[in-house]
Amino acid sequence: MHEAAASASVAERVAAATPETIVRRVRGLSDRAIAWVFVLPTMALLLAINIFPLIWTIRLSFTNYRVNRANAPLRWVGIDNYVSILTDPDIWSSMQVTARFVFWTIAIETILGFLLAVLIDRKFRGHGFWTTVILIPMMLSPAVVGNFWTFLYQPQIGLFNYAASFIAGIPPSSFQMIGDVSLAPWSIVIVDVWMWTPYVMLICLAGLRSIPGYIYEAAEVDRASAWRQFWSITLPLALPFIMLAVLFRGIENFKMFDMVNLLTNGGPGSTTELASITLKREAFEKWRTGYSSAFAIVLFVAIFGLANIYVKALNQVKQR
Amino acid sequence: MSDHLDQGMLKGSPLARIFRRRPWETLATVLIATGILMLMQPISLELYTHSFATILFGTVMFIIVSKFPD
Repeated sequence: MHEAAASASVAERVAAATPETIVRRVRGLSDRAIAWVFVLPTMALLLAINIFPLIWTIRLSFTNYRVNRANAPLRWVGIDNYVSILTDPDIWSSMQVTARFVFWTIAIETILGFLLAVLIDRKFRGHGFWTTVILIPMMLSPAVVGNFWTFLYQPQIGLFNYAASFIAGIPPSSFQMIGDVSLAPWSIVIVDVWMWTPYVMLICLAGLRSIPGYIYEAAEVDRASAWRQFWSITLPLALPFIMLAVLFRGIENFKMFDMVNLLTNGGPGSTTELASITLKREAFEKWRTGYSSAFAIVLFVAIFGLANIYVKALNQVKQR
Repeated sequence: MSDHLDQGMLKGSPLARIFRRRPWETLATVLIATGILMLMQPISLELYTHSFATILFGTVMFIIVSKFPD
């Protein structure tokens, strides 16, 4: 009651404070026109910060533009940049590095995330506290995570090497996670898994909590074992949520940049050079703006395609 | 104008049977997924070369067929 009176008084004060000229103009407008007046600034902002850069990037992708030679004559090269990218074995190689990164992170995050969700769903003593503890990594900034894992991976002083040496019984300084060609890809996988498994766990937990209890009660009446209940009830009913988590992490890891850039910067050599790192090199180290714009469009189309599948999967989950 | 094609106009016609959203959407999704696999596979450079066209075709197709009636 009080809230209604307060909001009415606010409306009256706004009406009283509105200049007469604006009041006369607004009175002459239809509801539809007033709606457009409110929506237009947002639309203009979205066009300016989202659509315009995209259209500009598409335009640049058909040119030989180099941002470090902005005054050089701009030449229209047609689809040459796209042809170069799609026939370049180095770019293909960075796509494979990305594929391996996406595959292993998703595989490990899904298994660990689902198992953690099953564990947390059991509501043991202090489960709220442990849920919060598990969720902490995903609340951190990727830049912070990249920086402190660089310290953790230090062969001389890093905690990770000491922990690994304690388990494996080898000297801590005998291996370098970031500097070794065979270990560097795993170093970025470990950090991503550490950071994003809680996110997968949250989605899986939502799936597990959405399963009605009476199904388990019916299974108990039928004397189904816990193992049978897991395979016949828990897993099939939580599967759409798991698929959603897989798709979402797939999209995110396909465009992963910040954490890997800080951790390894694509090295050693090009063993951890994800597509986004190659893109940064082409754009801001080799200054091939037109070429890198085309590369960005290739990645954009791939992510946009994946996002479409994601939306379709989301709709299917909603319909359940 | 509605986003979707007028279902009343197409109801009962052969077009309504052909242009149903779900199968076309599934086909577009399969095309996109195939394109992504082609983009990231380590086997053939030829497949990688044609991946972008496949994803683009699938994505444009998805946008169009998502306007079809159910």
